[in-house]
Amino acid sequence: MNETLTKLTLPNGLLVLLKEIHTSPIISQWIWYRVGSRDEVPGLTGASHWVEHMMFKGTSQFPLGILDRTISRDGGYLNAFTFLDWTSFFETLPADKIDFALGQEADRMFNCSFDPNEVSSERTVVISERQGSENEPLFRLSEEVQSAAFRVHPYHHEIIGDLSDLYSMERDDLYRHYRNYYIPNNAVLSVAGDFETQAMLERIRELYEPLAAGVEPSRLERTEPVQSGERRVSVEGPGETVYLQVSYRAPAADDQDFFALNLLDSLLTGPTNLNMFGGGITNKTSRLYKSLVEKELAVGVNGGLQATIDPYLYTTVITVHPKHHASDCIAAMEAEIKKLQDAPPQVDELERALKQARAIFAYGSESISNQAFWMGFAEMFASVDWFTSYLDRLAKVTPEDVQRLAQTCLRPQNRTLGVYLPEDAAQKPQ
Amino acid sequence: MSSHSLPGPDDIVRRELPNGIVVLYRPNMSSLSVVISGYLSAGAIFEPDDKLGLAGFTALALMRGTAQRDFQQIYDGLESNGASLGIDGGTHSAGFYGHALAEDLDLLLGTLAEAVRQPVFPANQVERMRVQLLTGLAIRAQDTSEMAALAFDELVYAGHPYSRPEDGYPETIRAIRREDLAAFHEKHFGPRAMVISIVGGVEAERVLDSVSRYLSDWENPNQPDQPELPPLKPLSEMISRQVSLPGKSEADIVMGTAGPPRRSPDFLAASIGNNILGQFGMYGRIGESVRERSGMAYHASSSLSGGIGPGPWIFLAGVDPKNLEKVVELMRLEITRFVSEPVSREELEDSQANYIGRLPLSLESNSGVAASLLNLERYNLGLDYYQRYPDLVRGITADEILETARRYLHPDRLAVATAGTFEAST
Repeated sequence: MNETLTKLTLPNGLLVLLKEIHTSPIISQWIWYRVGSRDEVPGLTGASHWVEHMMFKGTSQFPLGILDRTISRDGGYLNAFTFLDWTSFFETLPADKIDFALGQEADRMFNCSFDPNEVSSERTVVISERQGSENEPLFRLSEEVQSAAFRVHPYHHEIIGDLSDLYSMERDDLYRHYRNYYIPNNAVLSVAGDFETQAMLERIRELYEPLAAGVEPSRLERTEPVQSGERRVSVEGPGETVYLQVSYRAPAADDQDFFALNLLDSLLTGPTNLNMFGGGITNKTSRLYKSLVEKELAVGVNGGLQATIDPYLYTTVITVHPKHHASDCIAAMEAEIKKLQDAPPQVDELERALKQARAIFAYGSESISNQAFWMGFAEMFASVDWFTSYLDRLAKVTPEDVQRLAQTCLRPQNRTLGVYLPEDAAQKPQ
Repeated sequence: MSSHSLPGPDDIVRRELPNGIVVLYRPNMSSLSVVISGYLSAGAIFEPDDKLGLAGFTALALMRGTAQRDFQQIYDGLESNGASLGIDGGTHSAGFYGHALAEDLDLLLGTLAEAVRQPVFPANQVERMRVQLLTGLAIRAQDTSEMAALAFDELVYAGHPYSRPEDGYPETIRAIRREDLAAFHEKHFGPRAMVISIVGGVEAERVLDSVSRYLSDWENPNQPDQPELPPLKPLSEMISRQVSLPGKSEADIVMGTAGPPRRSPDFLAASIGNNILGQFGMYGRIGESVRERSGMAYHASSSLSGGIGPGPWIFLAGVDPKNLEKVVELMRLEITRFVSEPVSREELEDSQANYIGRLPLSLESNSGVAASLLNLERYNLGLDYYQRYPDLVRGITADEILETARRYLHPDRLAVATAGTFEAST
């Protein structure tokens, strides 16, 4: 495999990451903006996500519908994501068709019109998207836990935004958000696939160098105070099933402790899969599966942590067995955590978790879209080196590191517990 | 071999073992991993009405314990090596899918063979799974899209096996005994009509040796053939069903009818037509009407299943309950237009280009190639199908799409199933 990674910054501040991969005649282009729901103040929650939607409404050069139509005609696919810390857009295409995607992506960094009629029509689409999520008990539970876990930090609110803000935000609010953040010196372009680096770079320079740098936007910085006690929330709703969400404050992605927690998570709930594309593995031999599902206190358990700029959450979600209560699951989970607090795991258990991580990494590496994703993704909270050194940093974690994280991170005082209670069962003790 | 070429007779290996198992293989030597995927003739089509969910329950239980190993030992073997393998039920067949690092192909095949040949259905595991399945059904009962789809199947496929949910109902799951699982396995799991597709960084010789070692001596002389599907009674009028679920913000709509089977000569024209109607770009004409022009839904699209029998041709949307009737009407208008006049040349060319152009992306991953090989076998398309495919797609005309659509879609004979919280039900 001939894979070379090129990283450079254009004069206008756009960071460009290129990786040649010649295994398939495919190219994947991603553009990343350093703006997400954590950059929104009350009244404007959901603006980043709504702006992401508006990016598909066309420009004078690429009118509404042309993007979807052309990418589809060419046999490609596209999508966009808004996260806590970032917003990204990608197109994956047969290699000989990539030029259109390169051109339109550069164009829409500046030239989206935010037509008031389109804003109005999209308001109801976004509200419909939120209503669809509200149908899901786990969305409602997660939203409550997230808001309880962060009193100060803007990680407090859901990415899609609060309904009242979705009703009240105006076109100019969205357009201002767009103009503030969608500038080359606040963006990262990551491209992977079947191209020659020099030729791709020349084309990128041609498209992006005429775009002027803007005033670098400052991120909204509101540091969450140290949590000094357990927080508990409950949500009542329809259904028969009780869900438990346990979210511990977790280290930021670029903290070496993130990697120790990553392995701790592998032991507890099975390996975290950070790939956007590419398979994971089951978690039936994880400690919590054995102590909760095998003991019939729960019918399912999964967990994972997110790579974020600021400390976020390590979350476990448990589907409670109909004959048990959430409190039974909490007690069993605490007993498992205590074992790791009292004694470090065996070295061979960490080696096993490392092999799992390597396998997941290998599965993800086979997708060109995923390769381009990883490069830009890593830049959103650290740098591309975070991606290239990921397995090495995991390998440096010692059993004592894992024990220390169990002792410091997985304390009850550091967590928010949320329970979803079916309305019929809400009167019973949980 | 060039990894850039479409799969064809030159690089697909197809072998039929003496016991009937068909092995399909395509190398991808730039890959560090391997995928195995396939199916056995042991689907829900064989289960009795009072034990719906039996086939799926049996398939899921295969890896819960075998004559050699218990549940934890089986999964420890897989997970310790970063591998994954799952077996689950479907309408006509039980399917399996697994991936591992290329060096661990034998681990996947050995575990698969052990699970399908020598399961022991431990009683404690069966009861544990029963609770898990019932919990899944309780969750389904709260899911607006699933409940609308369930109601749709009951309306369109009344009296036909496709009306029955593969997951069963709570009462049928409760009625299934451990002995039923063992008996279903003994009768229906066997090599006849089993297909296994293997793609990844492994050599052909190693693949064929491994499959042969684990599966060539498997026999089940009493394994029945797939039953004939009964004829489907077409809808004679508009029919609808509303499933009331309290406390939901959004309602789901599933409307439509039965479409052509995958092997039908109508299928490709119907599929390209459906792409124009509710898939292409931002969900075709349906997406344009319901989402882009009206702003009434985050998702609105259409879908044509194909499959062994007459799978559904459906129109889907998630909407604010107060817009439900408007969206149903908008979708009916699009269906009416679709059966009244030919699609435009531009629309046809767009969708033809999409079908041909997306092949390289759909075949990028080992799992994508493995699935495409299974399609060749399941629908008897021929190993050269993907090489003939561009010409087949280009050969479809607007008139053919119109004639095909008129055979299946009748705007005054549709089933409309909805699920959500409606004013009358609150």
